[in-house]
Order: sequence, then structure tokens, then C-alpha cells
Amino acid sequence: MMRGTVLAAVVAAIPFMSQAADEFIIVQSTTSTQNSGLYDAILPRFTQSSGIEVRVVAVGTGQALKNAANCDGDVLLVHAKEAEEQFIADGYGLQRHRVMYNDFVIVGPANGPVDLKNTTTAAEALRAIAQSQTPFASRGDDSGTHKKEQALWSSTDLDPSDQSGTWYRETGSGMGATLNIAVGMDAYALTDRATWLAFENKQNHKIQFEGDPALFNQYGVTLVNPAHCTKVKIEAGAEFINWLLTDGQDAIARHTKDGEQLFFPNAR
Amino acid sequence: MPENNILPFRQSDDPNTRDVIIQAEDLYISRADRNLLSGVSFAITQPGITTLLGPNGAGKSLILRLIAGLMMADSGRLSIVPSISNSLALVFQTPVVLRRSVHANLNHALKIYGTPKSERVGRIAELLVLADLTSLAQTPAKRLSGGEKQRLAMARALAARPKLLLLDEPTASLDPHATAAIERLTRSAAASGTKVILVTHDRMQAERMADDVLLVHRGRIAEHTPATQFFEAPTSEEGRTFLTGQILL
Amino acid sequence: MQDLWGSFQAAFALIVQMDADLAEIVLLSLQVTTAAVLIACLLGFPLGALLAVGRFPGRAILSVLTNATMGLPPVVVGLLVYLMLSQSGPFAVLNLLYTPTAMIIAQVILVTPIVAALTAQVVEDLNVEYDDLLRVMGASRLQTVTTLLWDARASLMTAALAGFGRAFAEVGAVMIVGGNINHVTRVMTTAIALETSKGALALALALGIVLLMISILINASLMALRSSTRTTAHA
Repeated sequence: MMRGTVLAAVVAAIPFMSQAADEFIIVQSTTSTQNSGLYDAILPRFTQSSGIEVRVVAVGTGQALKNAANCDGDVLLVHAKEAEEQFIADGYGLQRHRVMYNDFVIVGPANGPVDLKNTTTAAEALRAIAQSQTPFASRGDDSGTHKKEQALWSSTDLDPSDQSGTWYRETGSGMGATLNIAVGMDAYALTDRATWLAFENKQNHKIQFEGDPALFNQYGVTLVNPAHCTKVKIEAGAEFINWLLTDGQDAIARHTKDGEQLFFPNAR
Repeated sequence: MPENNILPFRQSDDPNTRDVIIQAEDLYISRADRNLLSGVSFAITQPGITTLLGPNGAGKSLILRLIAGLMMADSGRLSIVPSISNSLALVFQTPVVLRRSVHANLNHALKIYGTPKSERVGRIAELLVLADLTSLAQTPAKRLSGGEKQRLAMARALAARPKLLLLDEPTASLDPHATAAIERLTRSAAASGTKVILVTHDRMQAERMADDVLLVHRGRIAEHTPATQFFEAPTSEEGRTFLTGQILL
Repeated sequence: MQDLWGSFQAAFALIVQMDADLAEIVLLSLQVTTAAVLIACLLGFPLGALLAVGRFPGRAILSVLTNATMGLPPVVVGLLVYLMLSQSGPFAVLNLLYTPTAMIIAQVILVTPIVAALTAQVVEDLNVEYDDLLRVMGASRLQTVTTLLWDARASLMTAALAGFGRAFAEVGAVMIVGGNINHVTRVMTTAIALETSKGALALALALGIVLLMISILINASLMALRSSTRTTAHA
């Protein structure tokens, strides 16, 4: 009897192991693009026209860069320009192309103790938060958003890492998890607008600061260097990148959440 | 099987020891400064039922375990005719049955004894009849009564037609009816040529079953005499005390 | 609390509708975990029996290792398997990263120590009862082990279920080696993690309830099977 059960279960396990006959590429990507539903909206169009399946591994930008450097992906789509340029300089990637942008915003409790209405720059806003010692939830995970946040802090001449564990809370988690934590502890947080708009657990949190040019958030796409990673699917990867930069631009522009556009194509 | 404990047997010219199959010389076992066996010597002959009789804790079961090869003496010498030591079976006081049906228990034993598959079915049927378990063949052995379990253990022990059957108080926890069934099986085994060594503390059982009696007391052999003689006129002080029903100290 | 009530309603709706996406995720979860647990049992039962009745040098060390690895954090296992299967790792040629097979490998590593350790415990207990009998019968080492394993089958099913529970509920390792790729390696737990990070807490919890119900269903049916094999036990 037991032998029969074993056999049945093994047979049941076979079909999915032998699938994936069609061509596919792996995209190492940031979480914000996936969490905001962008891929679900645009990828079917590309697959339909090209016959290439796109498998997205959505992790923090830091981990995406690391995975791609390990050759565990064909295409890199993240939002940390300097890190991407370093990635290319190190020989891991070919050329970086601008794909789209949106911006970062600072979210916080609606009736928070700090009034950021009259602040004009992100640096001022962060300084105000730091002075009031109101909790601030930082990604703390070397992601694109985290890198941006660190750059903003360094423009304030404050080093919040000294305060880590008091009002400055490093979650070491993804954007969504960090937002859940910020909402839970009435903390401020820096987030990209797309993730925030698509985020469903806002409760009393609202955008408290936005509009500083310093909060510009550019997404770039890079083909992994076949000289470094011999197994890279160059043609399929390049085809995907080309599509993102041409026909895909329209698809990106048409992706909205509650009527609001989440990403703004700027390849051309 | 502790090889060094079971030595090739020296065949004697003495007509009194010609049929000796097990010879113990000066066996000692001590645990925690206590002598469990102190200088045990005996010779067991074929055929028949030899009874190891004595009160609880005398060392009877220990001797049986030595013969079965489950343990070794600290010192001394135990010799068993190789053809016998290669063909023995043991039945415990508390029957050990596998968590399977009665039929599967017997099949398992026959498999281990190397009985070819073609012969097993017939042999199992014989054993079931022998132990009066035919109607319970498909019952899980764990659900049997104590007496049925012990009958199964007997049937399993007899499955390979052993030359030596060791019984360790097989009826100590059974009622008279179940006891009678085990004794019947024991006698039929002995009648068909299997040498039986029966450990018991029950003198009535010894009287019913024994051809010869080894009276064990405090880790020693108090006497070894034919049953008829033992129950008429024991040669040892311990034997006389035991038969009067007094507690042996 | 609003979320909680909403989740139960959502879970109910999910089950009633059972759309293709959810069915796919549930099926993949079951396939990955079932395959992993079966392999873990094939490895863990004999290993556990060996630890229980075997007498060989290094047995104590192996036993300690088995017990210690029972508590391995899934993320560590995930990282280890990732490093092995990565294109820059030693097994790159297998092309297994981000596939269900990679997830099975990670879960096998997580579950085998549990199955082995529980098996060792069960077999050791049973061996106390059977040891003398099997030795007098002259059973070989292999016969002893197979006898003990077969007779411990009811308890071994519990060991397998414990392994199933760990694998089915595990997220850290399968997330790393599977990549949570939609329609390829997305399973119940990684889908729950994703929905949580989207802030869709009600949906995440609803998926959790579905997971729990499947888990209950499997446990209950195996328990029923177990009691029915008990009543009609035959070889």
C-alpha cells in the first residue's frame, strides 16, 4: 500500500519538473516594480508578442545586484544609478538604459507630531523628524531606496545610524514590510511612490513630504555581461530590453493604480 | 552470537555423557559487586525436557540467556554442540509479537529463517493448526489475548523446527487453560525430537513436564537429578526445602 | 480586527471560487512539499534506524549532527542551496536555481533531519522490545532494520507529518532558491509573503487560512488512513 502511495506521489511530481520548454529569461529586479503590479500589467504583452517568458525575481536592489553578479539572471532592472554603474564598471553588466522614473515620498502618521507642510527640501524634512525624535523606519537593507535615504541623510549633516535602535529603526526588510512596520509604530518612512500607491495597509498614514527634485527615482535596465556570464541569454535579454525602451514605454505609462500613474517612461 | 563462549564440543567416551549437548563449567556473572551466577556447572543431555527450577532471582533466566547467546559469562566455559547452537529458538515470559497479523508474524519468522517462499504458505497453515490460531490468522497480533500471544510465540519458535527450544517462564502470566495449551505444544515439540529447556519457578509444572531437573538457587546449581528421583528423594538440602513448599532463602 | 473578519470572508471566497492562479499555487505547494517529504523519508527512515540500532564509529557525532540540524534556520538552508546552485556555484551546470526542483532540494535538507531524528527515537524504543527476539532469531542487520521500520510505521507516519508541516509552512528557503516567480515557483507561503509586503493583509491572511485548511485536511486524512490500517493490519 505504502509503495503505491509513494509511486503515485512521485508521478504527480514529474510534470512540473519537466516543464519550462519555452524560452525564458530571468530578470533580477527590485521589489517596488513587482509590488506595484507593474510586471503583471506589462509582461503578458511582451510575452505575447515575443514568445519569451519573463521570470521576475523581485528582491532588494542590493540582493538583485549580487544575484546578477553571480550570473543568476539575464537582465537587471533596479533603481540605484551609482550601484548600477559600479556593476557595469566591475564587468558584470553591459550598458545601463534609463527606463522610467517616479519619485520618493516621505510617508508618516496623518496627525503626526512633526509638521512637514512648510518644509521645502527633503533634507529639511528629515532634519525636522530627527529633531523631534519621532520614529523613522529605515529599510536598512542596502536596497535602492535605502541608498537614496542614506544620500538624503548625508545632505543633512546628521548621522541617524548613531540613533539606531532609538527613534531610528532599521527594519532590514523589503519596502512593503518596512511600510507595515512604519504603519504599526506610527513612524515616518521613505518609500517610492509606486509602492506607496499600491500599498493596501495605509491606515492613517499619508504622504507627508514630496516634490523635492532630490527625491527623483530613476529605474535603469542592464543586460548582464556575457563576457562575465557565459550562459546569459543575450538575444532574448536584449529583445526584452529593446521592448522596454520602445513599445513597453506605452505599456508602462498606461499602468495605473486608483487612477494614478505609477511610473513615467523616459527612455527617449 | 558470542562465538568465543560457545566452544566446539568434546565428545566423551564415558557412556554417561555421550548425549551431552550443552556443558557449562564454572560460569560466573557478577553485576555491581553481586554474584548473579557463582560457579555454575552442568551438563544437559538429549533428548527430553530439562527444567531449570528455582525461586525468582535464582539465576535461571540468566543461564537461559547464556545458552541463547544473548549474553556472555564473565568467566567460565559454556560449550554447545554447534548443530544445536545454530538451531535454537527462545520464548519469553512476556510474549513479544510484531505489530502485524498473526499470519504475518509467522511469515516474517520463516523469511528470517530462510524458508523459501513456496514452502512458507503450507508451513504457516501447519503452524496455525498446531497453535490453534487458524481462525485468528488475520488478526493483528497485538490484539490477541495473553494466551493467544504466547501460542503465537510458540508457533513462531517452532517455525524453523529448532533442535533446541528455550522457554523462559512461558506460562508465568497465563491462566490454567492457556498454560495447558503451552504445555501441550511443548510436549509435542519434545516428542518430535526437539530438545526443550524450560525455566520455571512452578514445581507443579516441573513435575508435569520435566525429564530432569536442574535446581538453581542463589546463582548455583543445587542439584541436577532425573525428575522421578527429584520429586521422590531430592539429593540436596535445597531440594528438600523447595519441595516442602518452604521459601528458599 | 476588521482585517481578521475580512480575511475569513476572503478565504471563504477564495476557496469557493478557486481561480486558476490560486489552484496553481496550491498545487505547486503540494507537489513541492510532497516530493520533498517523500525523499526526506526515503533518506530519513533508514538514517534514523541506523542511528538507533547501528554500531559504527561516528554514530554519536552523526546523531548530534542530526539533532542539531533539526533546528536549522530555513534562510540559512536557502542561502546554502542558493550558493550551491547559483551560476557561480559548484552545481551551476544543473541549471536548477529558480526551479521547483531547487525548492525540493532545500526542503529535503530541512525535513530529513526531523524525520531521521524522530525515526531514531521511535525505532530505539521499539528495539528495546524486539532486540532479544530478533537476535535469537538470527536476523541480519538489514532484516532487523526493515522489521523495526515496518513495525514502527504508524509512528513513522507521524514523523513524516511533522516533516510535512515544517516544509509546507516554510517560506525563507523556498523564497531564496525559488525566487517566488509567478507561475513558476510561487507557492502558498511565498505568495503570502508577497501579499503581506503589498500591504494586502486580508488577502495574505486569507491565503494563510487556505494553507491551514489544506494542512488540516491532509493531516486528518492521513490519520484516518492510519487508524484504518490499524484495524485491518496485514502484511
